[in-house]
Amino acid sequence: MKLDLLITGVGGQGIVLASDIIGEAAMAAGYDTKKTDTLGMAQRGGSVVSHVRIGDKVWSPLIKEGDVDILAGFEKLEAVRWGSYLAPGGIAIVNSQSIPPPSVSRGLEHYPTDEEVVDILKQGIERVFLINGTAQAKALGDIRTLNMLMLGCIATFVPFVGVDTWKECICRHLPAKAHEINIKAFDLGQRETQNVCSR
Amino acid sequence: MVSTTETARLLSGNEAMALGAYHAGVKVAAAYPGTPSTEILETLAGFGDTHAEWSTNEKVALEVALGAAYAGVRALASMKQVGLNVALDPFMAAAITGVKGGLVVISCDDPGIHSSQGEQDNRHLARLAKVPMLEPSDSQEAYDLMAVAFDLSERFDTPALLRSSTRISHSKSVVRIGHTRTVSDAPVHFQHDVHKYVMLPVNARLRRPLVEERLVRLAELAETFPFNKIFPGDSSLGIVTSGVAYQYAREVFPDASFLKLGMTFPLPQDLIRQFAAQVKRLIVIEELDPFLQESIRTMGLKVTGKEFIPRIGELNPGIVEAAARKAGLLPPAESPAVAATVANLPKRPPLLCPGCPHTGIFFVLSTIGQRHKILDAQGKSVKESKLVITGDIGCYTLGALPPLDAMDTTACMGASIGQALGMVKAGVASKVMAVIGDSTFLHSGITGLVNGVYNNGRLVLLILDNSTTAMTGHQDHPGTGVSAQGQTTRAVRLEDLVRGIGIADVKVVDAFDLKALRTAVRIALESDELSVIIVRGDCSVRVPRREGPRAIDAEKCNECGVCFMLGCPAILSNEGEAYIDSAVCVGKGCTVCQQLCPQQAIAEAAP
Ligand SMILES: Cc1ncc(C[n+]2csc(CCOP(=O)(O)OP(=O)(O)O)c2C)c(N)n1
Repeated sequence: MKLDLLITGVGGQGIVLASDIIGEAAMAAGYDTKKTDTLGMAQRGGSVVSHVRIGDKVWSPLIKEGDVDILAGFEKLEAVRWGSYLAPGGIAIVNSQSIPPPSVSRGLEHYPTDEEVVDILKQGIERVFLINGTAQAKALGDIRTLNMLMLGCIATFVPFVGVDTWKECICRHLPAKAHEINIKAFDLGQRETQNVCSR
Repeated sequence: MVSTTETARLLSGNEAMALGAYHAGVKVAAAYPGTPSTEILETLAGFGDTHAEWSTNEKVALEVALGAAYAGVRALASMKQVGLNVALDPFMAAAITGVKGGLVVISCDDPGIHSSQGEQDNRHLARLAKVPMLEPSDSQEAYDLMAVAFDLSERFDTPALLRSSTRISHSKSVVRIGHTRTVSDAPVHFQHDVHKYVMLPVNARLRRPLVEERLVRLAELAETFPFNKIFPGDSSLGIVTSGVAYQYAREVFPDASFLKLGMTFPLPQDLIRQFAAQVKRLIVIEELDPFLQESIRTMGLKVTGKEFIPRIGELNPGIVEAAARKAGLLPPAESPAVAATVANLPKRPPLLCPGCPHTGIFFVLSTIGQRHKILDAQGKSVKESKLVITGDIGCYTLGALPPLDAMDTTACMGASIGQALGMVKAGVASKVMAVIGDSTFLHSGITGLVNGVYNNGRLVLLILDNSTTAMTGHQDHPGTGVSAQGQTTRAVRLEDLVRGIGIADVKVVDAFDLKALRTAVRIALESDELSVIIVRGDCSVRVPRREGPRAIDAEKCNECGVCFMLGCPAILSNEGEAYIDSAVCVGKGCTVCQQLCPQQAIAEAAP
């Protein structure tokens, strides 16, 4: 068994926590796991990429280009940027939020449209899920729950980790008062991908 | 927080090293922040029962640890790779005096320059200092090797170097925790011993042969060192490797024979010969310089590696695989990987945050001497500037990027002040100004400034005081008055310090008051004496509550674009029309764009 996940987005979106939880859940399910983050230079606003690897035995913490089974992009541009890392049978889960970098906000460069995002990703794979995660997290009452919502989406494709294990791992990382809303976000995410899957 | 008792945990290399040191009984740990090493001390600081401190710089950190080791306790100093350049003097000194309690120095290299001013392979420094070097290849080894390092240090009377890298420090993997904390119960006591501790030439000469003898004994130990290990496999290819490169090599060559080295200085020559004799072709897979390869070649063995493995940058399994194909070690790729059209996507460069206290001052500097008019499209100056700005290292280095373009040099921590003086003494026609952050000033700017006073330097120094070490994740420093373990201590007041060395012209200016900044800079540039401006304003990431985001009144805005010259990420454009993202604007605490807008089109957003 092996499962390689690449979680990408922008600093401040809670990516490192989400990938920590995936690693811990995999470990709780009895697998070997390694994870690593590349955070770039800025505290805020830079690209963030987190590699999570799960298997019977994992060597490299970094995933090889072309080996990613699940790409979870918390932001559209950062999702397509890593498109070439997807394995042929891989899945992309993309939060439809766009955070334009300065060259785009100053009108110097073009931000890819939703169609372009899906087209680029579909060059290598078939299944691309565009999720309205940020809007749903906002509707829940806290935009910071986006990472747990995305985690719920991801969990759909990690069959060897039980829902209880996911929730235990989530709660271990959050203060008690944040448990309820984050578990709600996780459930929402699960429903989102499960719906699309069964359609 | 990292638990000190659970038996199996998913830990980063840095957390594992901290826990390993804690369990090995470390009593004193000192560090200066630096990516990717910072979390080692942060984790240790949370454990208690150990003195863990942020020192003013790496040299001081290592001296603190050395003093503790002289007194008989186990001590640790951790730093990023360039930190060991700063601490090289005490490192070399410790190598000759030796220790009493174990002394471990952790150096975290940064292949690929994720967050450094350069790339260097610190394995060379173990050879330079003639001290043992251990290299973990995952978090388990990071944990286990810590106890081994303390043990070696005490048994061989030497500091031990533990060399990590970004990928080891910042990867999490499963760690099975073997022990709990044990602290030596030997009394803490400094044993007076002039011949050992006072390195007058007569004593240093006596200790020199001991260093060489120590190295011979260490090389003997390396032969049976349990972390130097042969993994037999297909004998047609034998791979010598260490650190994270081992993981990449195992992944790319699942069937090959391996000699994995956990101790990379001194090398186990017999073991290497034995391994070489077992395999048909011998290669080395290592990150950065051909450190192992050259040593093995000097032994007279036929070995390759850097002929195909890059010596620049961070390795990964893809790079190792591609190199192996080129070298004929693997068959050519069957079909080229499907490369999606991702190359032309807009980049996302690092930025000063919305509400950053560095933005206003760099905007002011960018307008002096018409700096932005003298640069061509590549950022090279086509005309001589009226103002040269020597810079330093921290978040504020981003002031060098467009649209601010307001920094001319960045070399190493503290260099801005010496460089500025050098330019003045060389006789450049422009005015010269040095810009440095508060943590960097305390790290290594003070000596440069004392030198400026002494040598009568007519320069202007800006100290950007955001009351934290922002770049590395907001650590405290002597200016904040809070210790690494959260105790309130005496804060060093920058203005008192600067006045204390004889500088009369010292001003403190609010970082969010554009007019005051401009006036202060103008007056300082006209002055004939050394002047210091402390630009003070809290780091926006640390401002707990954001109130009153600003908004742009589209009626009043004439699309002049001046607000975009701040480079504030909260100011966006929709087809040329500027607007402010109220979710990220810091609001009341900043208002720099509002002060700047010539049309007065910016004000607090309607609730
Ligand atoms: C010798 C050395 N040690 C540590 C670092 C890592 N480092 C880079 S900038 C910096 C300090 C930044 O703090 P400050 O000067 O206060 O500027 P700020 O980031 O807060 O704007 C540190 C610790 C380094 N580059 N070189």
